[in-house]
Formats: sequence, structure tokens, C-alpha cells
Amino acid sequence: MFKRKRESAMGASRVSVMTMNTIVLVGVLLCAIPFVYMISASFRREGDLYKLPVTVYPREWTMHNFHTLFEKTEYVRWYGNTIFTASIRTVLGVYLAALAGAAFAKYDFRFKRFFFFLVLATLTLPFHMLLIPLFLLMRDFGWVDNYLAIIVPGMVNVFNIFLMRQYIESVPDELMDAARIDGASEIGMFHRIILPLVRPALGVVGILTFVWTWNDFLWPLVVLHDDAKYLLSNGIATMDGPYEVETGAIMAGSFLATLPIIVIFLLMQRQIIAGLTQGAIRG
Amino acid sequence: MSAHTLTTADNSQPFSLADWWSRNQRKVIPYIFLAPFLLSFAIFTVYPAGVSLFLSFQRTRGFQQPEEGGGIVLEYKGWANYERLLTKDKRFRESMINGVEFWLGTLLVQMPLALAVALALNSPNIRFRILGRLAFFAPYITSAVVVGWIFRFVYDQNFGWMNSALAQLGIEGPAWIRDANLVMPSLIILGLWTWVGFNSLFFLAGLQNVPDDLKEAARIDGATTIRVFWHITIPFLRPVFVFVVVTGGIGSFSLFSQPYLLLDFPNTGPFDSGLFPLMYLYDMGFLNIRMGYASAIGYILTVVILIITGMQLLLFRLWKV
Repeated sequence: MFKRKRESAMGASRVSVMTMNTIVLVGVLLCAIPFVYMISASFRREGDLYKLPVTVYPREWTMHNFHTLFEKTEYVRWYGNTIFTASIRTVLGVYLAALAGAAFAKYDFRFKRFFFFLVLATLTLPFHMLLIPLFLLMRDFGWVDNYLAIIVPGMVNVFNIFLMRQYIESVPDELMDAARIDGASEIGMFHRIILPLVRPALGVVGILTFVWTWNDFLWPLVVLHDDAKYLLSNGIATMDGPYEVETGAIMAGSFLATLPIIVIFLLMQRQIIAGLTQGAIRG
Repeated sequence: MSAHTLTTADNSQPFSLADWWSRNQRKVIPYIFLAPFLLSFAIFTVYPAGVSLFLSFQRTRGFQQPEEGGGIVLEYKGWANYERLLTKDKRFRESMINGVEFWLGTLLVQMPLALAVALALNSPNIRFRILGRLAFFAPYITSAVVVGWIFRFVYDQNFGWMNSALAQLGIEGPAWIRDANLVMPSLIILGLWTWVGFNSLFFLAGLQNVPDDLKEAARIDGATTIRVFWHITIPFLRPVFVFVVVTGGIGSFSLFSQPYLLLDFPNTGPFDSGLFPLMYLYDMGFLNIRMGYASAIGYILTVVILIITGMQLLLFRLWKV
């Protein structure tokens, strides 16, 4: 009986391997098609896009759209603005999240549970509900059209604190106690023991913060009004308006804005996925 | 901490500050580490939440002259904003219904699809695992603005790829985002494209957590594959289900960038068929400068999301027993 089961399992698995491979392949294809459209449209003339029958490849490849992008819009500037703000926010955000994570993971103190409850509560509250009062606050601070409005309010991210806490918990207490006996200060330990030991986690949290900032649209839309100050997301969103740019150029801009994110993901995919999913499977 | 006491102590006993610090730093340091979070929480969450509550009972009456500061003149209106939103405002009701529709639509289709993809990725002998991971993750990390643009073109009635593909099958494609009945399905398809792969990676992580020997033991005891799946695999995936359902609920009601770009905001689709609560909040607050009304929308939305999240968590708790 045992043998028969084994055989049927083997037989089933040959069919199921085929099915499984098909599911994955179809999924990959469906995911890829919109990207193919974007890339293909970037290298077409406008007339080629609006001509039947619709083709997957450009009838004639052209760099025209990229020229339009660089000459008729502030695209290069938006790119620089985005790299600048996203980088600063990432560095500060990672450092501050690690500090808070270390406090929750490695210390006992009064109100620890209450403070951690605050972290969890903020996790479930959508930040956008406070759009109006936050905008008014930025206006009172004089931060409208100022990158401080992008960098500061979301800098201490509770999701990042949550992730950092989980990683820092794995730093052995013995190591820290030994360092204490050797006379190390707590701040010194944070910089010389905790941070080096959780370096992979810093990378994951950093990349996630960078990508979120890179892609965020609503908040920059609210606080940045001067189009020279725009980030990529605002710039691309408004490209059909004042610049009267056509589909091809919009897709070219989208393509260039997506490229670095995909490359970063390619380089770090294992760590990013592990970092993101870790919290969810532990519940 | 009282800097004052520290300095006086320092004056009376020259070495005690350093002393005190080295004895107490372990107790004090967690508060210092947490200070940025607490400060940020107070300034950018608690304070705005208070302001928002205050505003939600006000009405914009007019604007100051520029020389007076150009601010907004408010007037206390009691519960008027809430009353209007909950009983009279058809656009708000439509936006909430759209949120629910999107949420149910994505969830009911997305969960089985994501689970199927995860099972496929998890099966042995699978090819293109790395390619699959990249392809399934890429939509999620692509900017919502870019996604909205791409789909606006893909849904184009005459030249979009959607209808060209349908034409290959001999079906005449509809107007998609210009058809009141198809705006929501169009958005749901966009949502599936964005999130199925992403959620499947969570299911995959969960599946890899199911102990193989447990499944093997059940099989030796004569359990069928379906029973093993139902009684061992699914319960192990419970935290993933919780995560996917709860984040999906919050995400559906906070949908903004995708419909904004897809429908070319301030257009919100025929008969507001693509209007979402956050878009309405933005419209009221920033385009109509009705800050009080918009704040009330924010509060109602928060309460609704909290109730829905709470109900979901409760349901999942019942499932555990």
C-alpha cells in the first residue's frame, strides 16, 4: 500500500510540475506585459502608437521621446531632486529606526509596552488621514516647497522601527554585557556592536525607505507646488499638463524612473523579500 | 530629565555627573534612543490629529485679505460636517462604496490567485523561480503614478493593448475607463496586477514555514493531499492571511495615486465610478479649500478603517480556536 501511494504521488507530480510551471510562466508574462508596453512606447514616434494594427515592437525605433523629456520638461532636475531627498531621508530614517529598534529590543524601561503599543497603533493608522492638518503644519513651519516637508514628517517610520527591533533582538546580550564590563558606553555599543551586526537589516530598511520615498506621490503633491522643486512622481504625473508632452515621452520618463528601482531590487531581491515577509509570517 | 538637578549635583560634588551617567546610562539611554520617535509622534501624529478634530467641527467662511495673512476664516458648525457627510453627501457615499467594492474585488480574486502562485513557486522542480520572483515583485515596487499612466494607455479603447488582445480572440473591446460599469473592474485588474505577485511572496514565505515532516506524517497516516492542504498548510498560513486581508483593507480605502492617474483627476470616472475616499478628501481640502469638511472625511475614514480592521482581527481570532 505504501508503495502504491509513492507511485501515485510521483505520477501526480509529473503532471503537477507542468501545471505549476505553466502557472508561473503565465504569471510572469502577465506581469511583464505592461512593462513591455512602457518600454516599447518609450522608443516610438507618437504616430506609431496610434496606428492600427497595434504592434508589440516599435515600427521604427527612435530616441525622440528622450530628447523631448530632457529638452521640454524639467525631468533631469526632478531626477536630481528625488535622488537628493530620498537619500537624505533614507540615511536619517534608517539611523533613527535603528535607535528606536535597539531601545525596544535590548533595554527594559518604564512605559516600554505603552510605547510599543504606540508603534503598533500608528502602523494600522493610515498617515494620509492627517493630510489636511499636516499640510497646515507645514505651512506654519514655512516648509511648503521645502524638502524638509518631504524628509522630516515621515522620517521616523514605525514599520522600520518594527523591522529593526526584530533584527536587533538577534544581537547576543552576552556580547553587550561583555562590552559593558570592558567599560563601553551604551551609545558606543550601539555604534560599534549593534549597527555592524545588523548591517544587512540596515540595507533592507534603507532600500525600502528609498523606494517608498522615490514612489510617493500624494504627499509631494500636497507640499511641493513649484514645478522646479517637483519630485519624479509629481513631475511624471503632470507631464501632460503644462508641458504638453505626449504619450511616448511620458512612458520614457516612467521608464527611466522605474529603472533604478528594478536594478536595486535585482541586486538585493533575496534580502528585500526576506525583510518584508519576516514580520508577516511571525504574525 | 531635569538638567537642573544634574547641574546642582555637579556643583556640590565635582565628579558626580560623570559618575551618575556611568551608573544610570543603561536606564536613561532607551529614552534617548526613543526620543526622535516620540517627538515625531507628538508633532506629526498627535498634534495634527487634534487639529483635525478641531477643524472637523468648523466650516470655511471665507478668506482673510492678503495683508491680514491670507488665512482661512473658520466658523464653528458643531456636528454639521459629519451629519452632512453621513446623511446627505452622495459623492462621499459613492466613494465609500467604491472603496468597499475595490476591497472585496481585489480580496476575493487576489487571495486565491496569490495562493495559487505561491503554491506553484513553492513546488519542487519549478523552473524560472528567480525570474518569477522578479516579475511578481516588479509591479509592486513600480511607482503608482507610472502604473496609473501605463494602464490609462493600455485601456485605451482603440489603440490600447487590452482591446488589441481581446480583438485577437474575436471580442470587441469595451471602453474600459470611460464606461461607468467598467471603471471598477479596470481598477481591480490594475490592483491584481500590482498586488497578486507581491502577496504571493508573503504566502510563499508562509509555505516555507510549514514543517515538511508534519505533512509527511499526515500522509503516512493516510491523509489525502487535499486534507493535508486544508488541515495543515492553511492553518500555518493564518498569519499571512491576516496580514494580506488587513493591509488590503487599509490599502483599498487609501487608494489614491492609481485612480488619480488612470482617470485623470479631477475627473473621477463617469458618475464618480472611480472616486475613492482619499481622492474626495483631497478634492474637498485642497481644490475646494473646505479644510473642516475634509478633516471630517479623514476622521470618518479612520473610524471605518479601524472598525473594519478590528472586525477582521476578531474573525481571525475566532478561526484560531
